[in-house]
Parts: sequence; C-alpha cells; structure tokens
Amino acid sequence: MYKTPCSRLTGVWKCLSRDGLVGVGVQQKLIANVARSHMSARRLIQLCRRDQAEWMTFQHLCFLKRQYVKSSSVLCQRARPKQEHVASVLDDRDDSVVRQVQQIPALKPEPGTVAPPCDPTEPEAARAARLEARQWKELKVEYSDLPGIYARLSKLKLTALVVTTAAAGYAMAPVPFDPVTFLMASVGTCLSSCTANSINQYFEVPFDSNMNRTKNRPLVRGQISPLHAVSFALACGIPGVTLLTLGVNPLTGFLGALNIFLYTCCYTPLKRLSITNTWVGAVVGAIPPVMGWTAATGSLDPGALLLGGFLFSWQFPHFNALSWNLREDYSRGGYRMMSVTHPGLCKRVALRHSVGLIGLSALGPVLDVTTWTFPLVSLPINLYISYLAFRFYRYGDRQNARKLFFCSLWHLPMLLLLALTCKKSRVPQDEAPVAPSTPSPAL
Amino acid sequence: MNVKTGSYLIFRSLCCRGHRQSASRPPKHVPRAERTGFSPAAASKCDWIGPPDRLSNLRPIIYHIPENETPLERTLRHLRQDTEDWSHEFWTNQNFTFSKEKEEHVRSQLSSKGLSERDDDGRKRTLSSEEMAVFYKHFLDKNMTRHASYNREWYGRNFTITLLMARVALHNTWRTLTGQTRGTGREKGKST
Repeated sequence: MYKTPCSRLTGVWKCLSRDGLVGVGVQQKLIANVARSHMSARRLIQLCRRDQAEWMTFQHLCFLKRQYVKSSSVLCQRARPKQEHVASVLDDRDDSVVRQVQQIPALKPEPGTVAPPCDPTEPEAARAARLEARQWKELKVEYSDLPGIYARLSKLKLTALVVTTAAAGYAMAPVPFDPVTFLMASVGTCLSSCTANSINQYFEVPFDSNMNRTKNRPLVRGQISPLHAVSFALACGIPGVTLLTLGVNPLTGFLGALNIFLYTCCYTPLKRLSITNTWVGAVVGAIPPVMGWTAATGSLDPGALLLGGFLFSWQFPHFNALSWNLREDYSRGGYRMMSVTHPGLCKRVALRHSVGLIGLSALGPVLDVTTWTFPLVSLPINLYISYLAFRFYRYGDRQNARKLFFCSLWHLPMLLLLALTCKKSRVPQDEAPVAPSTPSPAL
Repeated sequence: MNVKTGSYLIFRSLCCRGHRQSASRPPKHVPRAERTGFSPAAASKCDWIGPPDRLSNLRPIIYHIPENETPLERTLRHLRQDTEDWSHEFWTNQNFTFSKEKEEHVRSQLSSKGLSERDDDGRKRTLSSEEMAVFYKHFLDKNMTRHASYNREWYGRNFTITLLMARVALHNTWRTLTGQTRGTGREKGKST
C-alpha cells in the first residue's frame, strides 16, 4: 500500500507505453521485463518515449487526476481505493494493465454501488461526519452536541412523521377537538417513538456499522455509551407511557407500550431471522393513528382500525420499494428481507397493498369516517401509486422501485389530508330538526 | 464500502501485512496495538474510539485502565474488549466471504454466458440486479444459522455489558456520595 510515489507513477506509466489500452499480453511482458530488471522511472520514460505524443496526454491526465484527488478532500475517500489499484500493479501479475485502465473511467461512480456521493453539493454535516470518522477521538460526551445526538438517536424526523399520523388519527375522530388531550397524546406518542428508536439503535450497533445508510449513527460513532442510550430511552419511555395512560386514557397508554414492545422486541430481532418482520413493522406503523383515535374517543372503533389499515397497507409499497435497492447491503448485513429472499413475493405484496388502498378508501364512507367524496378524490393518487406498483411488479428494476418509493413519500400525507378534508362532520342531534332556513353545516 | 473495493482492500492488506494464512482465509485476530497502530497520550483518562476498521467496519476502542481499577471495572473492560474482538472477527469473516463469493458468482455467471470478465474497453463486466439477487439470496440462506447464533450471542453480550456498566456507574456514584476516593475504603464489586 505504501509504495513510493515514484514507483506508483512507474506503475501507471508502464501500462501506457504503447497504444494505451490494448494488447494485454504485450504490456504484461513489458511489465514483467520492468519488474525483473528493476528499471528506474527515468529509464522507463526513455523506453516509452516512442509514442510520446499520445502517451504524454494520458500520463498528464493521470498525474492531474492524482493531484486533483489529493487536493480535493471531497474526493479523497473515493480516491484511496483507486490508489490501491495503482500500487497493486507491481504485485498482481495478471490483469494489472487493465486494472489501470479501469482507473480512468472510474471517476464516475460505478452503477449499482452504494458509494457515498462525493460532490460539492454534499451537505456540510455529512461531509464533516465523514472526515471526522477517519480520526481517533476520545470517548466522552460532548455536552454541546447532546441535543443533536439525541435527535439522531431518537430518529427525530421519523418520530415527527409518527406524531403526525397520530395527530391525523385524533383529528379524524368524530369528537370535539380538545387541545389539552391532543397535546398530551402528541407528546406521549413522541416520547414513546423516541424510546423505541433509541432501543432499536442500541440493539443494532454492529449491523448499523456495516451498512452505508446507518453508519453515522451516534452509538456507532461512539458519541454516547450504550448505557447512556438506554438511560435516554427509559427517560423518554417511562414519562411517555405514563402521560398517555394517566393524561389521556389507559387504552392509549397500553397501545403506546405495545408499540414500543413490538418495535424493539419483535421487529428488531425479527429483521435478522425472518421476512415476517415487514408485517410486524407494518403493524407498528399502523398503531399511532389508532392511538390518536383512541386518545380522542377512548375506544377502539372501526374508524380507528380503518386509519390503521391505511398505514398498514401503505407500508408495503413504501418499504418493499425502498428495500429493493438495498439488497446488497441487506444480504451482507444478514437482514432477511423479502426483497432479497423472496423477490416475487416482495413485488406481489407491494402491488396487492397498493390496490388495497383503493378498497380501503371506499370503506371510509361505509364506516362513517368520511363522506362519499373521499373515495372519489383519493382515486387519482391511489390509481397512480397502484400504477407504479404495477410497473414495479412487472419490471422489478431499480428505477421503478425508486419511483414507487418516492411516490409513497407524498402519497400518504396527501391521503391523510384528503381524508381530513372529507371528514364526516357530526351534526348534533338536537339541532338537526331545527328550521330548514338555518343552513346546515357544510359536509 | 464498495464491495469490489473491499475485496481489493482485503487482498492488499493480506499482502501488506504478510499474514501467515493463505489468501483464501480472512486475517485472524491481530493484537490491538498492532492492528490499530495508534496509542493515546499517556495523560489521557478517557477511552479512545477510532475510525471504522477497513475489514469489519467496526470502530476499535482503546480502553483506559485507571489506577486502582476495581474488579468490576476490570470485568467490564475485559468483556467489552472481548466482545469487540469477537465481533470484529465475525464481521471481517463475513465481509471477506461475501466479497469472495460475490466475485466467484460474477465470474461463473459470466463464463456460463461465454463472456470474459472484462469487456472490450477493459472495464469489468457487472451483472444485472436480478442476476446478483440470486447470489444475495443464496448468501443469506447459506449463512442463516451463523447469523442467528451471532445475533443471540450479541444480544446477550450487549445486555451484560450494559448491566455491568450500570453497576459500575452506580458503584462510582455511591462512592462519590459517601465521600470515598478510589483506592481507599471498600472496593468490593457489588454495590446493590
């Protein structure tokens, strides 16, 4: 690895002696000769000076590339493996030349790799994390970083989405809006979600280290200790569940505790044992809106289950499409996901549940949750996601998987918003027979 | 980490370090100082965590050994060190085997199609996602028992380490509260 620059350049120049890119056999012989006679770089230049014109351009390119790569820290991380290729020429007898050739086009990322993007538009935080990751540092808590650490530990963005679905559940419930209960339900759900996410990260440290998506998590980087993470989880979970149980109602508290249990003790270990983890995960995603509804009404109505059903069905096109493009990472990390072990099932289930969303939307008026306009206005977006799911099912390629995943990201908020606007409003019974001149509240 | 790059890196490191084993086996456990090539300043009182290891992607930790380390703290340190080494060996083996088998799969697929490894431009041929998916499934199924046993043991070790850390923390807090300094007074492990 630590060859002298001179010999590295020699390694590059060797392959460029003749026409550049062809004639592996001839060039191998040249390399063998060089290696055997231990030529210095200068003698090699003289030997190769025949095709100097075209050779100089290529050599110049290589030199410039190396300079550019060295000076640009953004490219450094990707450049290092390529340096390995250069230095390895002297060791590897076969294919050494062609490996050099590979360097030149390899400035663009190869298709299908999960290499981190090294472009100037890389977010500063990610770049800082990447550079920081290469140094030794003391294993102690930086108190100024704690809020950021906790935010990442509890997956704050995901938690925010979970709280949003719970709030949607609360808003859809056919009871007058009570801001205090709403606030307590939201805070309780937020804390429960933080707990679940923290414990999940606590369990998954070595696996997260090996996947590109998750290797910058706080526990992986050692920013806090496992004990600290567990303490944080308990500090969130106990008040959260207590708040839900005492401040809202026991049913919501029970659902919150159940969700934490399902996520940490069922979903997380199952990810590495069986593909049923996806179904468990879908249930975990479906519970928050149910919690929102029960926080409002105090009972598990069909309406709550319908909202839960929306989230449950939505999980499949969302997650199956996401996992389709992460198959290599999942396989290497030992995660048993449908996309790896049962690809046909993966595509079928995504399609099935996308179409199922249309049916569930039709149940909205049946269960008195929404008006009849809801299935109609939600039909376009449901048809669109079903269409993308069908394409994913039919072609099963990365592009279609990506399209389906990104569609699912806006589909769910849109669906919930439409449901909210089409919510069946409750006309109080004693006002209903009052004079027809009084305009009834708009449906 | 790009798998192809990883396999080259692994092969390079094997050559460079002059390992005794043949290239078909991943490197065995190397003593910590030799492996990490780093030692913290003598005055440092903290543990140090390093960059991800090239082979296992796990970050090594160098533990600070305080004077008058209690038996409990020593047990904790040994357990953490041992878990780290055991994890490192598992993941090194895993990543290495994955890269090797992936290369073999690609090679065999290409040869069954009658294609050479490199195309006319000298670029390495890659298979489509669907062809690679066959390999990924096979790899997962083949290693299922190994993964399951690693999981079980990892969960047990993680839990034990956390419990021990809690006990050490409680013990130290108790000593601070009762005004004892390290090296004086009662130094028994159990505080609860």
